[in-house]
Amino acid sequence: MAAPLTLLLIVAVTIRAVLFRSSLAELIPERVEVVSPLNAWKRVVEGLALLDLGVSPYAGDVFHETPLIIYFFHFVSDYAEIVFMMADALTAVALYLAVKDYNKTVFRKQKYALEAERYPLDCLELIRTPKEMYYIPLKVAMFYLLNPFTILSCVAKSTCGLNNAVIALFILCTVKGSSLMSAIFLALATYQSIYPLTLFAPALLYLLQRLYIPVNWQRSSFWLFTTQYTFMYLGSLCVMVCLSFFLLSSWDFLSSVYGFILSVPDLTPNIGLFWYFFAEMFEHFRLFFICVFQINVFFYTIPLSIKLKEHPIFLIFMQIAIISIFKSYPTVGDIALYMAFLPAWNHLYRFLRNIFLVSVVLLACSTLFPVLWHLWIYAGSANSNFYYAITLLFNVAQILLVSDYFYAYLRREHHLTHGLYLKRKDGSEATLVLK
Amino acid sequence: MAAHRCNIFMLVFVLCGLTYVLVRAEIEDTNHVKDAESVAVDIAPKANIGASLRSTKTEDQTQAAEEERQWEAETNPVDAPSDNKADHVHDTMQNLDSRPAPYVKDQTQEAAEEERQWEATEVKEADHVPDTMQTPDVPPPTPAKDQFQEELVIRPLHSGDIYASFQFRTMWDTDFLRGSKVSHYRLFPKSLGQVISKFSVRELHISFTQGYWRTMQWGQPFLPSPPGAELWVWFQDTVTDVDGAWKELTNVLSGIFCASLNFIDSTNTVQPSASFKPLGLGNVTDQRFLRYAVLPREIVCTENLTPWKKLLPCGSKAGLAVLMKSEKLFHSSFHSQALHFRPVCQDWKCKSTVWELRQTLNVVFDLHTSGQGKREWSLFKMFSRTLTEACPLASSSKVYVDVTDNPQGELFELSPTTPLLSQAVVLGDRRTYSVYDLTNQATFGQTRSLNMLLRWRAAESGDMLRPLLHGERYVAGYGLQTGEIHTLMYNNHPYRAFPVLLLDTVPWYLRLYIHTLTVTSKGRDNKPSYIHYQPSKDRLRPHLLEMLVQLPPNSVTEVTMQFERALLKWTEYTPDPNHGFYVGSSVISALVPSVVAMDTNSTRECPLFSSFFPCKEESSYFMRVYTEPLLVNLPTPDFSMPYNVICLTCTVVAVGYGSLYNLLTRTFQVEEPSPGLAKRLANIIRRLRGVPLL
Repeated sequence: MAAPLTLLLIVAVTIRAVLFRSSLAELIPERVEVVSPLNAWKRVVEGLALLDLGVSPYAGDVFHETPLIIYFFHFVSDYAEIVFMMADALTAVALYLAVKDYNKTVFRKQKYALEAERYPLDCLELIRTPKEMYYIPLKVAMFYLLNPFTILSCVAKSTCGLNNAVIALFILCTVKGSSLMSAIFLALATYQSIYPLTLFAPALLYLLQRLYIPVNWQRSSFWLFTTQYTFMYLGSLCVMVCLSFFLLSSWDFLSSVYGFILSVPDLTPNIGLFWYFFAEMFEHFRLFFICVFQINVFFYTIPLSIKLKEHPIFLIFMQIAIISIFKSYPTVGDIALYMAFLPAWNHLYRFLRNIFLVSVVLLACSTLFPVLWHLWIYAGSANSNFYYAITLLFNVAQILLVSDYFYAYLRREHHLTHGLYLKRKDGSEATLVLK
Repeated sequence: MAAHRCNIFMLVFVLCGLTYVLVRAEIEDTNHVKDAESVAVDIAPKANIGASLRSTKTEDQTQAAEEERQWEAETNPVDAPSDNKADHVHDTMQNLDSRPAPYVKDQTQEAAEEERQWEATEVKEADHVPDTMQTPDVPPPTPAKDQFQEELVIRPLHSGDIYASFQFRTMWDTDFLRGSKVSHYRLFPKSLGQVISKFSVRELHISFTQGYWRTMQWGQPFLPSPPGAELWVWFQDTVTDVDGAWKELTNVLSGIFCASLNFIDSTNTVQPSASFKPLGLGNVTDQRFLRYAVLPREIVCTENLTPWKKLLPCGSKAGLAVLMKSEKLFHSSFHSQALHFRPVCQDWKCKSTVWELRQTLNVVFDLHTSGQGKREWSLFKMFSRTLTEACPLASSSKVYVDVTDNPQGELFELSPTTPLLSQAVVLGDRRTYSVYDLTNQATFGQTRSLNMLLRWRAAESGDMLRPLLHGERYVAGYGLQTGEIHTLMYNNHPYRAFPVLLLDTVPWYLRLYIHTLTVTSKGRDNKPSYIHYQPSKDRLRPHLLEMLVQLPPNSVTEVTMQFERALLKWTEYTPDPNHGFYVGSSVISALVPSVVAMDTNSTRECPLFSSFFPCKEESSYFMRVYTEPLLVNLPTPDFSMPYNVICLTCTVVAVGYGSLYNLLTRTFQVEEPSPGLAKRLANIIRRLRGVPLL
């Protein structure tokens, strides 16, 4: 298995290296779909230039990276291309290892269930085979590395790639059962962009599951572990924030990074829902709608955790997808991360309802983004509504994709308990509905 | 009906009130005039050929210093009198012997007049200087409280246009700083005086300009100003809440000048660290007390001129101000009115300070639109008025005509002629002026009115000396996403390099990237020796970039910087968003090597011992150049559809919420076919009848 992965890594790095040397390397970092005010490389360079001038990078409203990032790039800004390629490779390898480990767990569970004869007899079709699962980790790595979205993001040197790497490492550590590392990486991801906070719940659920601690409010072992994990998480988050404070000896970064993410003052167009909505918002409703839209991202965590408490990895996937759809400054790099998980849910394919439509819409939108951007910004023959319409469609497609996978997952679980071919009372073939 | 009656009563009431106010104003006015007349009487002897000691004493310190220098120039006639203040026109009486005199028709009269002028000047200097030199310890007699001077400079431009520059100076001898409440105003405008004392202003400079000064065609203006409105204020160091005082002050000034100065807020106010130093006395250079703002979009028109004229002691009733007819002043290529308030020395020893209010108005009349293409200018043609008297309150009232390019009268003919000549070093160049003294009744001649006429003999005028420093600015790039600001600075000096301070204020919605800043001259990187950069904060403060760049001789230095155009909230756009957004002019401040110093093989008669080292005052002079303001387009949202956008986006969020909610709350169940409508109806009837259901 190592050989194909190596080959894949070599191919991916080659593609990126070629693109870095091509004329596209100047064009791509300007694309609003690829970079946002939060993670544009141009703004990192600006922050470094401000530091060199002796001005705090947070004195202005151009730089919104965290202090650790700016100190990181202070040393490696000359090797930025290598750093970003390595970050992509790291993400892919981490996802590869994580999915491999996860598949083993899934297979083992399935074996126990089969031995216990818990599955209905007609569900043998749904049983996953080692042969089918063998290539899934590689496919996940491939989906990440060769995804045009990831490549674009890497060539644009969007720091989104680094955030993805941190999240991938967090998933790897969680799957491997290392609660300390998991908490540290989760804290790092939260420190970078707040939203991964919602991944706390699935990580906790997974680690509990791994330690065979049932989620039971009466059990002290549950509370013990939860407190332990929370402390590790909050402790490392606290260390990072304090370290940032000592690096710059000011708290300016809090408002400039987190305030900027939460209050959405920069309305530069992107693929998300925020920019046009808040550009057209009535001033006295602004605060209300900002609250509504931000709460929306965090809102699904608890119900999803309850519904999917037996399936924390799928819960992680759902959370990452929701974050990347509803976050304030989304870029294609965020989408690439959750799309990398799609091969892991290959077995849901037979239950997906409108995957064809959704994939066609996603493809069409991806090509229409630059076209309509050109018409609006350069040709002047279209206006902002054109671009906005495409972002709307793109987000609807993403929502449909995610909810379709969620539906398929739930349906498969239902079939695994109730049998695949359900009959009505009168013996005729039944159809499943949500009620 | 009742409402109508009510209205009529209201009208009558208002009318009564108005009448009362008018009558009161009339009374006050007459009082004021009486008051002023007494002052005029007081000053009258001096206004004469006035070599009296007392009159020279009343001059302020700068004047005294100048005169002293003049005296030196007379006794040691090597250095032309000069003034290191670029904006100060300097008058020195010169002996007409040193130059051919084609100005006067009658030779004998000329000789007599020459003699008289020469005598007069000499007497004046001779009287003045020994006194001031010999008795430095004796305190001078208490000077007249306030003074007023007015002058008009007319400079024919090489393009055929004509440049007229009015300057009015009111001195205010008061001490509003020490808490003494000033309630009595003589010459100084009360409306302004109250504002200045209320907000503890140390210096105030405000200008309203319509049009752009074309340096390459017109040369340097006496007082540069950027298009639109410019305001900069130094507050006293006793002011604690500078921002609050600034905010209130701008609003008050907005009311006084009927201008949109109330649009000055934190998003267009900066505190330059080096470009705007105090012009008056005082060594407070802590930039915390400085505020600078430009409104490049401000349209200047009659409603700004009228309040400005009202600040003059004579209003527009007498003196030079009668020329200010707005329909003529605004029918011009360039119009700039300014007001400068600063502390200056009272006497040459500078023991006490007085406050100087200098009101200036600069106009350039176009050859084709105002002059009908004929190179023939007169006061009447320019202003549709002639001069009949000086302002009675003015201690000096003069008209200067620049005749430097016309020493032999070969270029244009100036009538009526005047025997008085004055020479001054203005903006590093030695200029000669014909002087008309309006306080002298002889100036007005038989017709009791002065209408100067400049008639060109040659169709083309000679080459203009290129301004040594010149700036340009433009936006490069296309599309509405990014762009690049280019600032070009020309050093036209053939062999001297000099440093310039460049100040750029860019609004926050053009996000500048300082790392893209490049400064190149002659194809090579020219690293600024000092950079002060203050990045912008969205909706709070603009970008401020100040840097010190050395301009190599005879070169163009290009400063480029990339920016990104922000998408604003729909309420933040101007009513005409596709017109674009203005970015104020860059300010280039420099000490420019003087043209006089450049003149190494001078044809001028001067002793060799004096001309080896260039004199310090003359070797360079301060200059400020404003570049063009920029007009930048920003991407715009569709202003017609806030409701649609809110609805559509909320729908998408609701789709997401709905589908997840659906999956989260419901469970899978086998669908039981629901009976058809007919069957259900039948069952309802059967249930009512008590019959078993179908």
